[in-house]
Amino acid sequence: MTASEAKALEAKEKQEMSTDVEQTRLGTTFTPTVDIFETDTGITLLADMPGVKAKDLDLDLQKNVLTIKGDVASPEGPNETDVLREYSTGAYVRQFSLSDAIDQSKIDAELKDGVLKLVMPKAEKAVPRKIAVKTG
Amino acid sequence: MAIMRPFWPTRHSSVFGELDRMRRDMDRLFGDLPDRSFRQPMAGVFPLTNVTEDTNNYYIRAELPGMKGDELDISVTGEGLSISGERKIPEQKKEASYHRREREAGRFSRMLSLPGQVDTGKVEASCANGILTIVLPKAEAAKPRQISVKAV
Repeated sequence: MTASEAKALEAKEKQEMSTDVEQTRLGTTFTPTVDIFETDTGITLLADMPGVKAKDLDLDLQKNVLTIKGDVASPEGPNETDVLREYSTGAYVRQFSLSDAIDQSKIDAELKDGVLKLVMPKAEKAVPRKIAVKTG
Repeated sequence: MAIMRPFWPTRHSSVFGELDRMRRDMDRLFGDLPDRSFRQPMAGVFPLTNVTEDTNNYYIRAELPGMKGDELDISVTGEGLSISGERKIPEQKKEASYHRREREAGRFSRMLSLPGQVDTGKVEASCANGILTIVLPKAEAAKPRQISVKAV
């Protein structure tokens, strides 16, 4: 696809997070937009988290639930006043449940230009389980 | 004698007068909201932009995750600025199956006008962590000037 054929991007308002989890801190929390795709070898997750620095990114995996969290410090200086405000800034939070097919010890994360890339390889072999049925 | 106020416009209340009254009512309804800055009409043009100012500079910020500075085309005139570029998301292999596809690619172009003149020679732009920041120093004429009051 050449540049002239590429479709025009439309502005989208950032999605504020709606969750049952009570926030313990002030400020708005947003849901990052993500792409998740699966290949034979694994699952890749890409999340747009503009403004998040690597040190402010928090990845947490508990009971097959992956939480990605990124804090964003306000980029504005103390003496700046608004002329036009179309978006607001705040932390990003989103949770995903992982299937057992993923080798959770081999998840690889990379944050570049505000995009988080998580590569989650599938387990070498899904261990076949045989359930013996006892006869009484 | 008219008992009821006519619903349709009469020569005393023209259509335009009626519209004007509605507009004023709406302004009154929404004008009292505490935080006006978040109600500003969205231009609906990508990328969404925040503009701030202090004594010496205007600051323009936009969220462009995944984009690098050299993929952006920024040009500035005395009171206006244009940002254009294309956000590319690499196509995945055919066998990849998507579970979620929320991120979008495409080209964009946006014009912004500033409230005052800027010194075009000193405009600086940087792109870090997916945020574009443009610092535009105000032209001398646009800067606020302190006026001292002379004692007579």
